[in-house]
Parts: sequence; C-alpha cells; structure tokens
Amino acid sequence: MGWETVIGLEVHVQLATKSKIFSGASTVFGAEPNTQASLVDLGMPGILPVVNEQAYRYAVMFGLAIDAKISKRSYFERKNYFYPDLPKGYQTTQLEQPIVGPGHIQIQLPNGDTKEVRIHHAHLEEDAGKSLHEDFHGMSGIDLNRAGTPLIEIVSEPDMRSSAEAVAFAKKLHSIVTSLGICDGEMSQGSMRFDVNVSVRKKGSEVLGTRTETKNLNSYRFMEEAIALEVERQIDLIEDGGTVLQETRLYNADTRTARSMRSKEEANDYRYFPCPDLLPVEIDDEFIEAARASLPELPDARQARFMDQYKLSEYDVSQLAQYRDTAEYFEKVTKTCKDAKLAANWVTGELASRLNKESLNITHSPVGADQLGEMLLRVKDDTISGKGAKTVFDSMWNKEGSADDIIASKGLKQVSDSGALEAMIDEVMAANTAQVEQYRASPAEKRGKMIGFFVGQIMKASRGSANPGQVNKLLKVKLDG
Amino acid sequence: MSFDRTDVERTAHLARLSINESDIENTTETLTHILQLVDQMQAVDTSGITPLAHPLEAVQRLRADQVTESDQRDAFQQIAPATENGLYLVPKVID
Repeated sequence: MGWETVIGLEVHVQLATKSKIFSGASTVFGAEPNTQASLVDLGMPGILPVVNEQAYRYAVMFGLAIDAKISKRSYFERKNYFYPDLPKGYQTTQLEQPIVGPGHIQIQLPNGDTKEVRIHHAHLEEDAGKSLHEDFHGMSGIDLNRAGTPLIEIVSEPDMRSSAEAVAFAKKLHSIVTSLGICDGEMSQGSMRFDVNVSVRKKGSEVLGTRTETKNLNSYRFMEEAIALEVERQIDLIEDGGTVLQETRLYNADTRTARSMRSKEEANDYRYFPCPDLLPVEIDDEFIEAARASLPELPDARQARFMDQYKLSEYDVSQLAQYRDTAEYFEKVTKTCKDAKLAANWVTGELASRLNKESLNITHSPVGADQLGEMLLRVKDDTISGKGAKTVFDSMWNKEGSADDIIASKGLKQVSDSGALEAMIDEVMAANTAQVEQYRASPAEKRGKMIGFFVGQIMKASRGSANPGQVNKLLKVKLDG
Repeated sequence: MSFDRTDVERTAHLARLSINESDIENTTETLTHILQLVDQMQAVDTSGITPLAHPLEAVQRLRADQVTESDQRDAFQQIAPATENGLYLVPKVID
C-alpha cells in the first residue's frame, strides 16, 4: 500500500520597511555588526516599542492579495524563550488575533493544473538577530542588526501533497510578495525563509500522521531535498515498526542530512501572553481601503493580461509574468521594439540564460531594457542578423556601448543591397564552377542541401555581413538560372 | 490545580532562574496558592466576553516608517562583558 505525503509551510517574509517594526533603527542588509541595533532592539530596560505603520500596511496588502479577512483589531503577544540572539528573552509576535485571517492562494503545478492552497493566517512579528558559531575563542558571536526586522509569518494549511507542490507554493508566494513590493525577495539574504511541516499517512487515510518541522530553509532546492529526506525517514521508521516523534529538525545543506534539534524538546513551552508594552492595534476601513487602492497588478492578473495583450504562448507568459521585475523589463523592451514575440524570445532566452549563468537579478542586468529594445529594432529592420545580434548583445553585456555604436564599430551591419550581394555571388560562382555544374546536374530535392555550400562561401567572403535570407533568395535564382 | 516540585523546577528552568534547594518547598506552596486563585477566576462564566488584550482602554499609536536611530554601538558595547569585531560574544551556543 502506498504512502501519501502531507506538507504545510510556515513562511517568514521580511518586510521591505526602512525601519524596524518596533524601533527607528535601519533595516538595510549587510551593515557592520550591531550598528543597526538600537536600545529597543537590544532589549534594554525601560524601553518601549512603537509599532511601524508601514509594517501594518504591508501585512494588510498581503492579506488583501490573498483574499483574506483582515482583523480590524489585532494585538501582540510575547513568545518566551531564551536564546542569545533574542535579547529580550521573548519574541513579540501575534497568536490569538493576527492581522491576517484565513485566505487562499492558487498555485500552478508542473503538469499545468492549478490547485488552491488555503492560508490559515498570517501574523506580524519581529525577526531575531544572528548567531555566528565560528570560533571566537570558544564563544559565539552575536549580531543584532536583524533583531526587530518586521516579518510576516504566513502559515498554510497542510494542503500540499508533494515537494513539487510545496515548491510551487513557495514560488507563488515569492512572486506575490515581490509583486506587491512588500519584500525584496532576496532569498540568499534570508528575506524569505521556509519552515516545512511534513507527515506521511497511508493512501486513502483521512487522519493526519505525526508531523515534524524542518526549519529555516532558504532555497527551493534545499526545501525539495529536505522534504524528500524527511518523507523517506518517516516511511522507513514506520515500516520498521517505529513511530514518528513530533520534533523540530535542522537541515544541513552541505552534508544533505537533517538532525533533530533535541535542545528544543524540553524548552518547547513558549508561555505566550499579551504584551503589556503594546496596546491593541485598531485599523479602520479607510486604512484598509487605502491599502487596497495601492495594490499593484498581481501575478495572476498580469498573466491573463499578457496572454490577451501580447498574444504570447502560455510558456512565454509563465516565464514573463510571474515576477514583477521580469514583467516590467519585458514590457519596456516590447515598448521600444514593438514586437512582443521577439522581445519574449530574447528575455526568456539569451538574457535569462546569461543572468542565470552569472546569478544576477534582472534588475541588475548589464543590458538595460531600453538597450535591448533598441537592438531588437535593428534585428527587425534587418540591419543585423540573428547571429550579429548575439555579438551585439555580448558587447552590450560588456558595457561596450549602445547597439548602434557596436554595430558601427564592429561592422556588423548586414549587406542587404542586391547589387553588392549579386557581385559577391557571381564571384563565388566563378570560383567554384565544378560545384555549380554539380548543383545544376542534381535533382531539385538535393539542391536544397547543396545550396548551403554557396551560402557558406558568401558569408565567409562577406565576413558574416551578408544578409543570409537575401543571399539565399538571390543565389537560388542565379544557380537555377 | 496543584503545583508540585517538578513543576517548580521546570518553570525555574524555563525562566533561567536558579532556586535554592531549601526554597523549593516554600515556592511550591506560594505558587500553588496563586494557581488556586486562578482556578477561582476560571470558574467564572466568561462566555460571550472578549478576552482582554490590555487593561487600558486605548489603542496603539502607529509610528511613521522612518529611520530615527543612529549607530551607537560603541556606547552600547561598553557594558558588554565581551565583544569582538563589533559582535557581542556569548558562551558558545550549540543547537
């Protein structure tokens, strides 16, 4: 009898506010250790937190984007535990009355189907600092710059049945929060982190098995690996007559192994209580409606619009519309070159593969959207060939100037002028009389292949500047002559 | 609800408090009294009453999202027992 995997996700999303959730310290990533940790973030006695309005607005925007109920009255609780990167001894979070209530998200599965994943709730909380376990004379180093960075923790229902579904859900969330502009989406900087709850049960069973939680995964690949590993462990355990313990596990991406975080077992009593330092937060309809009015176009709507407006294939749309940055780049290119299909081919093809190869975000592309658009204009008006375009693109990537400058300086302009081309053709035919005779003696169906020889010779003679389409046409007339 | 020795030890551990062996009995008794009071309160019918999130009848003022703090690391770290390269050093945490 087969097993069924049941997965739920808890996703921590760092909100893109300038300052922290309860203090006026900066949230910029990568600062010198502890230079962005204020008295509030350090948990000094006598301090009082004050809630950042923008963090609330961002949480409300997320709630509206997933069709969730927004709590007009919400409040904060203290989740108590001891860890050196949590100086107050508690994390200020929301439990009983979170800002975002139940909602749902549509995900696209690899086979093209869609599925709805329910969101249990999303709450506001503060991030902890970072512990550095490299050896400082047998001690650990603590950087509290991240302490107090606003987070929303998004908690899904256990609606996913495979790691592929979990990854599709994670990607969809990423595209929603980055489209909303409430998170920068930089996974390598920890802007989005995933806790994965996994359990298994016999196929057909309605009862959930005991779940484990694998914490702090910050890439889709790690998530996939950690789930596969945990599912296998649980099935082996049960088939060997054992039982799964509810526990927190840590995945090690270097060794591709996971282990139980034993220390948490006894400390797993967080003793939540309402935070006396913070009053309940009330937001009115005006606040909610203003947030609604500020919602940008969301991925699903954009996908539909791209299909309709640009008449692109489903594949192209799925590549272009999911992320706001890619979508904006594509639309800029299209606006300049006025050819959506051509723009789509380049953005999803050459550009995407170069960005991928150099691990660059499209917003940091060395070739700007306007630049690419102008180059594609030259492809469209036949100034350059497809091959020439690749050369121009490479040069633009290396910051050698605009498309027109590069075409001029590298002599990439195609020769499309019939007179010049005909002269070249005559020359090549005169130099290869044997091949011409052979061609003329061959039946029509063989000529197609043979013409390639002449095209090659002419391209060589013109040092690649001849317009291949034009050459083909003229050659055929002369050879068939 | 009764509170026994193990509960006291566990609670003390969670709060990172050390209790003298000789105080445990007394503490257990005191905490049991407090919990008896809680039992008394829990017997009251509170159905239909919204839980109290804060004793004050006021709501939280929200702050504009502006950076108002500057770097005062050197001042803050003067009272830290150990620092290095701007980091606070703590006894090694093994998780």
